[in-house]
Amino acid sequence: MTAVADRTERYVADFEAFARNGASGAPEWLRELRRGAIARFAELGFPTTKQEEWRFTSVAPIAEQRFMLSPVPRSLLPAPSDVERLCVGVGPRVVFVDGRHAPSLSTPADLAGGVRAASLAAALRTNAGSELARAHLTRHARWRESAFAALNTAFLADGAFVHVPANTTLEWPLEVVFLSTGRAGSDGPIVSHPRSLIVVERGARAAVVETYAALSDGVYWSNAVTEVVVGEGASAELYRVQQEGPHSFQVGTTHSRQERDSYFGLHVVTLGAALARHDINALLDGPGAELILNGLYLLGGAQHADHHTVIDHAQPHCASHEFFNGVLAERAHGVFNGRIIVRPGAQRTDSKQTNNNLLLSTEARADSQPQLEIYADDVKCTHGSTVGPIDQMQLYYLRSRGLSPEAARSILTYGFGAEILGRMRHPEVRERLDRLVRARLGGA
Amino acid sequence: MSKHPLLQVKNLHASVEGREILTGVDLTVNTGEVHAIMGPNGSGKSTLAQVLAGHPAYAVTAGQVLYEGNDLLAMAPEVRAREGVFLAFQYPVAIRGITNAYFLRSAVNAIRKHRGAEELGPVEFMDALEEKLKVIGWDSSYLTRPVNEGFSGGEKKRNEILQLAVLDPKLAILDETDSGLDIDALKTVAKTVDKLRRPDNATVLVTHYYRILTHIEPDVVHVLAGGKIVKSGGKELALELEEKGYDWLREEAVVT
Repeated sequence: MTAVADRTERYVADFEAFARNGASGAPEWLRELRRGAIARFAELGFPTTKQEEWRFTSVAPIAEQRFMLSPVPRSLLPAPSDVERLCVGVGPRVVFVDGRHAPSLSTPADLAGGVRAASLAAALRTNAGSELARAHLTRHARWRESAFAALNTAFLADGAFVHVPANTTLEWPLEVVFLSTGRAGSDGPIVSHPRSLIVVERGARAAVVETYAALSDGVYWSNAVTEVVVGEGASAELYRVQQEGPHSFQVGTTHSRQERDSYFGLHVVTLGAALARHDINALLDGPGAELILNGLYLLGGAQHADHHTVIDHAQPHCASHEFFNGVLAERAHGVFNGRIIVRPGAQRTDSKQTNNNLLLSTEARADSQPQLEIYADDVKCTHGSTVGPIDQMQLYYLRSRGLSPEAARSILTYGFGAEILGRMRHPEVRERLDRLVRARLGGA
Repeated sequence: MSKHPLLQVKNLHASVEGREILTGVDLTVNTGEVHAIMGPNGSGKSTLAQVLAGHPAYAVTAGQVLYEGNDLLAMAPEVRAREGVFLAFQYPVAIRGITNAYFLRSAVNAIRKHRGAEELGPVEFMDALEEKLKVIGWDSSYLTRPVNEGFSGGEKKRNEILQLAVLDPKLAILDETDSGLDIDALKTVAKTVDKLRRPDNATVLVTHYYRILTHIEPDVVHVLAGGKIVKSGGKELALELEEKGYDWLREEAVVT
């Protein structure tokens, strides 16, 4: 057994090497940020199930393994056809392989209307990009509270950088793709720390697809952080599609901050990884902001996926509607924790949360926990959750209309997915995700 | 086409959770007929309707049901539906995520397949549906909504009638479809049922109220009390029930 301190020390040692080599060219503010973050990671250590936020999810399989950074230069790139197959979107894309930008697989960074879809590493090399990145990277993600976000920040080197200038409309959904080769390094499996920043400025409209996918069945760990900033009156949609490999680990954090009168739709589809944890921290930071948090997890085998969401109503007259559906087959375990905070003064908050879980086997398990913290008096907050097998009345109703029990079960299962898919605004993306969901559920 | 028995219920006993609800129902419904089954609350009306449709919670403990001469009780619920039995539910079930159009088309195609007809694609199906929608006074917006989800009580009942119109059964059983409907909705239901009336099919209206029978004229009226049919007669029986209530029948049942 490895001592707890040893587990973090390995990453501290790797950090020293990282800081000396590849990362030394970074601007001083970034180097300082990384140093602070590795120190914080060493302090926090990997979480254990004794901590309330990690009660249902043991990260021991990650902590006990020796993961290393991807070697540079990296080996062969995947074939464009593989990238095509794993992409969800239909527009421009920025592709990363094992956490590093692959320009030959990506479309040009500069798009119409001054929109930029580039690698963060490239953006940091320009003055304007560096300033924008600095303004946001050091501010939103609460890496001081999370060991994983701290580790990501310590090794912050590359990821997607999407900038949609004020009053610009992005015609096509833009896709940022994180592919993992699943190939081990010299000393163990690979970890990547993709760090993405999506800035949709005042009055702009954009949809971004964020895809995580595997090129093989190998063991790897993806530790991602994405920050989304939605400016005043802007409208943004983020589709986060996680189809990591069957033996992989995925820890991800999505932070969003919305300004006055903005709309943000975050659609989450979780299909992959042996062990997945996704933290969503959504801050409604201006009056009149609206948030849709819309998630689906379809798990089978011995998969474990934990979604922890925090919706922070910091300003009055905001609305948040959260819907997470889970379909759990075989021995899969789904965890949902939905915390809603209504700050003092956040009057006229309208918040709704539902989490419905369908258990397709007696060994499947779902844990659902709502947490409401309301410090304002004039608010409307509702929550509800269900966990159970296929409803017998629904089954009978469909059979009474001529459907076989198999067809009826298949339709009812698909309904859990279709309900979430139905809230996605972009038709092409919705269509492709629908196919993905049907393929996963089989037959529906 | 000459009349022949479509449904023959003989001495039917059924129970739920060990409690006997039907205590020997006898009923024959011929093609071309409309039957009304009336009775006080708790008399077993809905149980009879659900047993005929194949609700898994009800156990038949004695008796026989023949549908077109075949053993109905031996058929799975979906087989009954494909063979032309339709139950309009008293409490229609909501299904998340599945649009009404998808649901209806799946049902139509399951039945068509059983009858050896070609399955309908989405476009053909929508064309066929348009006319049926008009009959119940709906626009196509109801088709893109999830099945009964967020529907009002009246909308749910209309949706049952839409299914009835689309699936075109031989034996339609309407379980208190008239309850809780306003007069316009009631007229729509009655008009649709009337329109579907043919010499080769039959309708069983299970109802608590006389009201719907002023719009759909029944050939036979039955009174179900204490789990069995205690009296049958023409439409004038319904009027008598409307005036006198059900109590006199209970006394009569005890005496005979």
